[in-house]
Amino acid sequence: MPTKTYDGVEVAVDDQGFFSDPSQWRNTMAAEIAAQEGIGELTDRHWQVIKFMRHEYEEKGTGPSVRALGKTSGVAIKELYQLFPKGPAKLAAKIAGIPKPRGCI
Amino acid sequence: MSDAIEKVSIIISKGSFEGVYPGLIMANGARAEGIEANLFFTFFGLDVIHKERHEHIKLATVGNPGLHFATLLGGLPGVSSVMTNYMAHKLEKLDIPPIPEFVEMIADTGAGLYACKASVDLFGLEKNDFIPQVADIITVGEFYEKAAGGQIIFT
Repeated sequence: MPTKTYDGVEVAVDDQGFFSDPSQWRNTMAAEIAAQEGIGELTDRHWQVIKFMRHEYEEKGTGPSVRALGKTSGVAIKELYQLFPKGPAKLAAKIAGIPKPRGCI
Repeated sequence: MSDAIEKVSIIISKGSFEGVYPGLIMANGARAEGIEANLFFTFFGLDVIHKERHEHIKLATVGNPGLHFATLLGGLPGVSSVMTNYMAHKLEKLDIPPIPEFVEMIADTGAGLYACKASVDLFGLEKNDFIPQVADIITVGEFYEKAAGGQIIFT
């Protein structure tokens, strides 16, 4: 299984770089993962989405769709795409250390 | 991943429920993967962006063998509406929104929405007939210019 090192800790990831074990994630790793994905500085708005992703994953066992994010995270879809241009659900899941959401929407 | 898809241009030419959703799902899915996407509406596909019509797009219950439903029954008054509502309900359970909300959502993802000029002229429509998210009415030549460097998907 591939691994990555964030904040000095080795973590297990899948072949696309999503965390295999979300319990290995620490919020001190987020900035490093984000930088790797081409996102500069993580703002409060980014963090609102990242925390929401973690929360949803803990409640439901999977990350939310973009539609659900837009409706319930407090960040609208337009802004979600400004914050995470390469796909909000996917990128925010990666930065939040949860598996890639598999929904079609 | 140098051969990864980076851009798609999706043409929606049908005005039926089952003819419209696949293209919308593919456009939204492209943006969710960080792929640039443009949507081009032509012929009856214009109903999808038509202010008055986009809420009334119906499932074809006649001439649709995939439905496994007798054509004679499918033609009875109200059957198409009932089946459309049933399908819409099932899609909602999968987190797939109704067409007007879906189109607005796709525009919010940054995808470009365009109407085909030939079809707009054919049906005697104008920019004002369309939802405000429609960026422009363009010719087929302009479509190809916008589609340059990406994949074209016809639905």
